[in-house]
Amino acid sequence: MLLIHCPYCEADHPELEFANAGEAHIVRPREMSNMSDEDFEAMFFIRDNPKGVSLERWRHVHGCGRFFNALRHTVSDTFLKVYKAGEARPSNDEIAKLIK
Amino acid sequence: MTQPFRIKGAGTLPHTRTIQFTFDGQSYEGYEGDTLASALLANGVHLMGRSFKYHRPRGVVAAGPEEPNALVGITRDRARHTPNVRASVQELYDGLNATSQNRFPTLNFDIGALNSLMSPFFPAGFYYKTFKWPAKAWDALYEPFIRRAAGLGEAPTESDPDRYVNRFAHCDVLIIGGGAAGLAAAQAAAEKSQSVILCDENPAMGGWLLADSDIQIDGQTGAQWAANMAAELATRDNVRLLTRTTGFGYFQHNMVGLVERITDHQARPEPSQPRERMWQVRAKQVVIAQGSIERAMVFPGNDRPGIVLAGAAQKWLNQYGVSVGSRIGVYTACDTAYAAAFDLHEAGIGIEVIVDYRKVVDETILAQAREHKIEVVLGATVAQTTGRLRINGMQVKTATGEQKEFDIDALLMSAGWTPSLHLYSQSRGKPVWDEASQRFLPGESPQDCICVGGCTGTDSMEQVLAEAERALGNKPRKFDIEDDVSTDGGIIGATGNSTEKGKAFVDFQNDVTAKDIALAVREGMHSIEHVKRYTTNGMATDQGKLSNMHGLAIAANLLKKPIPEVGLTTFRPPYTPTTFGSFVGHTRGPLFDPERKTPIHDWAVENGADFEPVSLWQRAWYFPRAGETMHEAVDRECRTTREIAGIFDASTLGKIEVTGPDAAAFMNIMYTNSWDKLKAGRAKYGIMCREDGFIYDDGVVGKLSDTRFHVTTTTGGAPRVLNHMEDYLQTEFPEMKVWLTSTSEQWATIAVQGPKAREIIEPLVTGADISAENFPHMSVVECKVCGVPARLFRISFTGELGFEINVPADYGRSIWDAVWRRAQPLGACAYGTEAMHVMRAEKGYIIVGQDTDGTVTPHDAGLSWAIAKSKPDFVGKRGMMRPDLVREGRRQLVGLKTSDPGKVLEEGAQIVEDPEQPVPMKMLGFVTSSYWSGTLGKSIALALIEDGSLRLGETLYVPMADEIIEVEVTGTVFYDEKGERLHG
Repeated sequence: MLLIHCPYCEADHPELEFANAGEAHIVRPREMSNMSDEDFEAMFFIRDNPKGVSLERWRHVHGCGRFFNALRHTVSDTFLKVYKAGEARPSNDEIAKLIK
Repeated sequence: MTQPFRIKGAGTLPHTRTIQFTFDGQSYEGYEGDTLASALLANGVHLMGRSFKYHRPRGVVAAGPEEPNALVGITRDRARHTPNVRASVQELYDGLNATSQNRFPTLNFDIGALNSLMSPFFPAGFYYKTFKWPAKAWDALYEPFIRRAAGLGEAPTESDPDRYVNRFAHCDVLIIGGGAAGLAAAQAAAEKSQSVILCDENPAMGGWLLADSDIQIDGQTGAQWAANMAAELATRDNVRLLTRTTGFGYFQHNMVGLVERITDHQARPEPSQPRERMWQVRAKQVVIAQGSIERAMVFPGNDRPGIVLAGAAQKWLNQYGVSVGSRIGVYTACDTAYAAAFDLHEAGIGIEVIVDYRKVVDETILAQAREHKIEVVLGATVAQTTGRLRINGMQVKTATGEQKEFDIDALLMSAGWTPSLHLYSQSRGKPVWDEASQRFLPGESPQDCICVGGCTGTDSMEQVLAEAERALGNKPRKFDIEDDVSTDGGIIGATGNSTEKGKAFVDFQNDVTAKDIALAVREGMHSIEHVKRYTTNGMATDQGKLSNMHGLAIAANLLKKPIPEVGLTTFRPPYTPTTFGSFVGHTRGPLFDPERKTPIHDWAVENGADFEPVSLWQRAWYFPRAGETMHEAVDRECRTTREIAGIFDASTLGKIEVTGPDAAAFMNIMYTNSWDKLKAGRAKYGIMCREDGFIYDDGVVGKLSDTRFHVTTTTGGAPRVLNHMEDYLQTEFPEMKVWLTSTSEQWATIAVQGPKAREIIEPLVTGADISAENFPHMSVVECKVCGVPARLFRISFTGELGFEINVPADYGRSIWDAVWRRAQPLGACAYGTEAMHVMRAEKGYIIVGQDTDGTVTPHDAGLSWAIAKSKPDFVGKRGMMRPDLVREGRRQLVGLKTSDPGKVLEEGAQIVEDPEQPVPMKMLGFVTSSYWSGTLGKSIALALIEDGSLRLGETLYVPMADEIIEVEVTGTVFYDEKGERLHG
């Protein structure tokens, strides 16, 4: 069972309190009606499944209720970073540094 | 004579208390502290089971949890029967009742052993080869055969009456394994004031020290040293010692699962105690001190009862005072077997010969053998053994090719020791191949854990203890160690030509021989994962603790590849078989899931309702009167509601309060409908979609003010709808000033439906005019009912004039009683969910999840009117425009009228155009809802059918097992199509 740090509660809590909410940093355009089928497919259906760092969303559903983002290494399940919703996606350089 | 193989002066059992037990109905005696295996061996019983595939007679091989053969059933009573218990770890208690398994009629004479004669027909992978054709033989032959042969042991016939509990724990250091390394690590951590949990699967700490009669640590025997260490640790407040506790799984972020067995060793289980306790331990650091497991030698006939691991024989002698025989042979490739032989010899047991596979052995050991006057044959192999239910001889092939025969009644074997990487590997650490010692060793784990002692391949006691201290960051102190035994040597793979000839077992429990592995390789299995599955090597309840390395080496040798290239199979939890009970804990029966009850639940109970579960809710299904069937009750409830009135507990409806300056804008995003023009005091039926354009939920939404909406959801849907809303609010539209609150359990909801509904509630309502003119259908008002603040809706899920009274939940029962006092004298009734379903279907109102299945758009459901096309955006708008969602031929919701009005269709039944077409027929769609409508005097149904809206009036067919039912496609509204009653 994962131990997850909630960036809003600023505390570690067991996985039981959280719900995974899929891939992070997928932008839902405000003018969706104009999207091409290909863009909609890419936005709605296509997901990364990396062996390595996964950028993903979690919700502290049985806690503060907030959605937040996390970088989790899928091989070791180590959380490299958690950050609040709306904060910028960490750069690839930053991610590379975190892995080390 | 009792216990003829109990050796006077040997072992550490006190012999103060004799214990009676039975095995296959026969009574025996043992001593307190015995395992079932050691007690049977003391009585000269080696034959303890039959193998799975060939039903070969098998004896106990190991003295620990790795035992593959001696699996027995332990019975306390009909409900307390545990199959597949390893005799090697089951502690003896007074009256213990054990039975052997996988044999008929008796262990000595087993008909299934015919399988062994048939073995040429059961090669590796025979399942894949044999049961392919003809297809007909499946039902008649193959499946019954496989079912009879499948499974090991018998499950108890009654449900488990024992209690299991669960506990979470946190500590600085968790140490798994209480042998020398674990004890030393625990002491080092304890002295640094860290909180420590030390667990060991055995009844006492000490591990191998309990079996080693030679070693001296600080002037004490190994067993004394371990006992003193454990006693000292037990006095410390910061140390928790858990014996009979197995670390069975290593999970993420240093969480380790332990199962503590509390009563399995007690003659009369202490009633106040649970049988087992599951510990979920989160540790800052984990120290794995799992030790190592001895391997068997792989040679023809290596599975006869009486052939045991050398270390096991040594443990039985030095700990339990039991000899495995009186004329013993040894076949080894490792120095440790010599120590076992010398111990037995010193106890007065005859050692006939030591056959060593190695050509060169350390001279000091050979000198010791000469002192003991034991013959040693170097560079030799055991070519065959004899004896049906017990070994009685072996043929040895010497280095020069000479054949020698030995009369023996037991054979010790040792192919060396495999470091236990189970938990390390489960921590996601990669095993690293060490070419020099021909072993996989732990490398670095991605988690904060460290391996010490035997499981790292460390052999000498001095190094083991030093390693344990270093693991905790201490400088190793000096221990005074004497007579440490050499563990040099070892072989992985088969000896002699046993990959070609004879039955040389690699996996005892699953009957996988060296030849089977060779066959798998020849037939193209080149990865160890394939070899494993093809041969079932390592797939038995012992999970290959003895067999995995041999299987791997044999395959690698035949493939002429280095071992790491062939790969190691993955270690998965649990380390040893773990009961379902320990996982389930308290969550069974009524505690399996919470049960939700409305404030009006007790009234329904008092009035004889039958209940149905709807998600976690218990809902009143119907209220049968004396002598009524369900069908009659539902008919009456519908009729009464339509003719007079009915009241219904709708409290389970999900409710969400959407408030804030941007509430309407937010509702515009979440629902397909437009909320801009809706006036305060009015309500609207809303549809919620997912981004893909499919219906996700629906419900009536009341607008209380420009900044406040009372949203209702489906009964089971409230949590996911709130989550869906929160997701968009928090992450896509965080700038919106909106607040969401779950109010499902804050409001009790009482539906009053039927022509007399207004008459019933009008006198109870104050602060609102609910006349037809001033309170039309789809209105909402905040008022008082019986003086209690209420939200009163005029809505209908029945098609009749209807109201829904929402009052604070605590008032739910009293307001219901007040409504009932008005309703009953007028001839109204209470109705349940079944009548609700019938009446809503008569009106063609859908139920999300019954008439939709996650692939139905609002257009498909005939709800295009509820989509505000002019809105620039809502969730699902773009998804609904996808090519597949706008194409022709989609399944659309329609009504069905059966030609025979008395015929009620089955929900889920498939619909076809031509029932005479050849099978497989083209399915046009299926029935989603179907009821008998008492009101209409005929059956009604809703269905999703291809191009349904274009098929109105068409005749279609529903083929059932015994008949074909003719139906006509109709609209979805069966009752009061114009809605006159609704607006009454």
